[in-house]
Amino acid sequence: MSVTHEAGTRPESHARTWSGPGWGFIAKLVIMMVINAIGVLAIFSAYNAGSWVVLAVLVVLLAAADWIYFSRRALPLKYLYPGLVFLAVFQMFTLLYTGYVAFTNYGTGHLGSMEQAADAALIQAERRVEDSPTYPLAVVREDGELGFAITNDGVVSVGTAEDPLEPVSGAAIDDAGTPVQVPGWEVVPRAELFTDTALQERVVDLRVPVSDDAADGSIRTREGSSGAIYTSSLTWDPAAQTLTDTETGAVYSPDDRGSFVSPSGDRLAAGWYVPVGFDNFVRAFTDTAYAGPLLQVTLWTFAFGILTVLTSFGVGLLLAMIYNDSRVRGQKVLRTVLILPYAFPAFMSALLWRGMLNSEFGVINEWFFFGAGLDWLSDPWLAKFSILWVNLWLSYPYWFLVTTGALQALPTDVTEAARIDGAGRWRQFSSITLPLLMVSTAPLAIASFAFNFNNFTIIFMLTGGGPAFPGASVPLGATDILISAIYQISGVAGGRADYGLASALSIIVFIVIGIISALAFRQTRKLEEI
Amino acid sequence: MRKQFGLGVSLAASVALLAACGGGSDPAETATTAETTGGGADGAELVVWSDAERAEAIESAAGQFEEDTGATVTVVQKNFEDLRADFLAQVPTGEGPDITVGAHDWLGEFVESGVVDTVDLGDRAGAFEQVTLDAFTYEGQLYAMPYAQESVALIQNTELVGEEAPATWDEMIQMATDAGFEERPFILYTNGPEGDMYTSYAFQTSFGAPVFTQDDAGSYTSEIGLGGENGLAYAQWLYDNGSAGTGYFTDTIDYDIGNELFATGESPFIVQGPWVIPTYTDAGIDVAVGPIPAAGGETASPFVGVQGFYLSAQSANALLATEFLTGYMASDDAQQALYEADPRIPALTAVAESAADDPIMAGFLASAQNGVPMPNIPEMGAVWEFWNPVQIALINGEDPDTVWPEMVSNIEGAIAE
Repeated sequence: MSVTHEAGTRPESHARTWSGPGWGFIAKLVIMMVINAIGVLAIFSAYNAGSWVVLAVLVVLLAAADWIYFSRRALPLKYLYPGLVFLAVFQMFTLLYTGYVAFTNYGTGHLGSMEQAADAALIQAERRVEDSPTYPLAVVREDGELGFAITNDGVVSVGTAEDPLEPVSGAAIDDAGTPVQVPGWEVVPRAELFTDTALQERVVDLRVPVSDDAADGSIRTREGSSGAIYTSSLTWDPAAQTLTDTETGAVYSPDDRGSFVSPSGDRLAAGWYVPVGFDNFVRAFTDTAYAGPLLQVTLWTFAFGILTVLTSFGVGLLLAMIYNDSRVRGQKVLRTVLILPYAFPAFMSALLWRGMLNSEFGVINEWFFFGAGLDWLSDPWLAKFSILWVNLWLSYPYWFLVTTGALQALPTDVTEAARIDGAGRWRQFSSITLPLLMVSTAPLAIASFAFNFNNFTIIFMLTGGGPAFPGASVPLGATDILISAIYQISGVAGGRADYGLASALSIIVFIVIGIISALAFRQTRKLEEI
Repeated sequence: MRKQFGLGVSLAASVALLAACGGGSDPAETATTAETTGGGADGAELVVWSDAERAEAIESAAGQFEEDTGATVTVVQKNFEDLRADFLAQVPTGEGPDITVGAHDWLGEFVESGVVDTVDLGDRAGAFEQVTLDAFTYEGQLYAMPYAQESVALIQNTELVGEEAPATWDEMIQMATDAGFEERPFILYTNGPEGDMYTSYAFQTSFGAPVFTQDDAGSYTSEIGLGGENGLAYAQWLYDNGSAGTGYFTDTIDYDIGNELFATGESPFIVQGPWVIPTYTDAGIDVAVGPIPAAGGETASPFVGVQGFYLSAQSANALLATEFLTGYMASDDAQQALYEADPRIPALTAVAESAADDPIMAGFLASAQNGVPMPNIPEMGAVWEFWNPVQIALINGEDPDTVWPEMVSNIEGAIAE
């Protein structure tokens, strides 16, 4: 902004002294041009892709941006708007979408729409007649009507969707047996077939009955140059939205779970996703197979979160106090060495420890336990201990750093006064240092708890949740925490995926952490009253 | 006034910028219209998803196809592990490809989610190894065109135990013991303490206990085959060779440790896949590869994994895509190119036979010919979760008579859900 202060007058607001577009305005203009260009381009792409929701959101966001940055009434928004957009795109969208999925049965077998499920059922029900030969085939047309011409033993037959195959005379075939000339019909050139997508779809969908009896099957082609006889055991009625089995007569109609079901309870493989209300939440709590193991997992999750914070805080604080003593030499070097575990990526460290804890080849057993072969990772209690130990190793440097800083910021006069009053070291620590320290570190401890509550990395990389609960009917293990249990249950890793249940569980975890954090932060306010 | 002026300027500028951008994006736009409405002279576009190894081989086969049909083939590279989830997520939205490379054990999920179309190889089917077609068969229908197969095999250190392949488990242990490896005559990979039944499946089938039974057409049924006496006999065998018995099996062998033990000559036998061979030869070990010896009375059949090309159920160019698959990618030349791009056992018999000139490849082929396709039904996902931990439990000396039947009933429960 080029703002000129005239000599002798009191400083005026920018708005009053604005004297037309300066460099700032031009810079803004260029930036807004780029933003508008990108925005309009995105709107066009959304239009081409037919994503109307995205299009509407883009239009609103872009219009709002233009209004905000070219209006003079929206000064605060000029600062807030980019942040708000990012919040909406990266936080609110994922949150809302997870919330939406939690109320559907989106997952394996329920991915698309009902029409797609019907398509899939028809595809799967149509089979090649076992002894059907492969006939050379040509696509023919007449007045916009498509048909197939096939060659069987040198005889060319022509048929359409309505008229079954009939031999024709006077047709010519090439060396491969493919009809090249059919009287009364125009043979569609292959080149045209390949370039015309709409024609392709009609050809792929065309079924030419072999005879008047529909049970004999129909000719279909997959690539336009050969045909074979197929029969389908299902027919689709788009009006009634039902599939009928032509062999048994069973009618499969859509149910409220997103599947086609027959009156006798048979279900077709492919389904679509539908809203299921609170079913996923109810299942998470009431499914008897899950209840027992999930309770154990929940208890261990809390134990893991709390113990990790306590041990790493304790060790970090202890080391911080030792290395904060002015009598220690080479403080800086020692401190640097101490925070090294913090500098390694957590998953690398976990993998490293996994190797070191190997009961037969690991160095831990070899060096410290005289090759005793302790099952660090496959005994339920030792595995829990290993998790805590490795996580302690990973996270004490953080607390070492934090508490070192906090200790150095503590006023020394209070401790000195306590010493003069005759307080011992323990008394000084427990009544003066620790309470003062907690004021600044307790909120961090809560954050650390929330982080470890969802510390998927360490569990996944060190034990994978194992050892498995013996004989349990769900694939969970002794070191699984809630988030890794969600990962297992959802089947995201492989096998059957149930994104609905997984989303519901993650929302529950989100709420649990939210409540705990809120309660804990309220408690920390009391600490500040010292 | 100024405000309006500003708006006007910015609008004009945007339009100018857009026009500039528009110039660049014009050809892309025509391509999209050609794809959706078809009538364009430059033909339709086929999108093929592939992993990095295969992309080039597909592109070279596509060259001839493009010339013949006027269509364009766009090969999109992705990580192999991402293909399954991306295909499942994107086909229903209409954003998916026409064709994707994939593994056969994804098939059950693909069919249940309705994202794949059937494939008819017609008379060409006879040219493929039967096991590769079985692998892509689901409820009697073929859903992909296979191009490669792979399976684990017995790898032996010829310097320690010679070239001769053992026919049975006992014979192998004898050979190793004679060579002085009575403590660890054989390396059983268990993925550390997590368990890995994939690698050791051949031993289980040698006791006559397949995971699922197969019907006459080669499709897997959801009927469990690993229960009963045969399954128990295998469980007992695991127990007998675990910590409570001979101690040959431990829960400590993960991928790297297993390879390290073999590559340093600590043990003469291991069951692993073709992907470990470079690790051993780089370490200067001479290896011989052959079928897995039977521990029970029947043939030891390892799992065979098959890779192939799936056709999307929502493809707008189904005819063109089928032509590309069955007319071009199924040819000897294209399959040979795929083999050269990434040496796995080819699915096409003719190419497989020429590849078998290499003794190591021949060994893996011999092992695969004993093999059965890994089940492609979605129920398989439920099996792994219970099956692998039980291997560890048995090795660690838990009673086979309780843990094995418990596992069988758990698997049955999970499948019934």
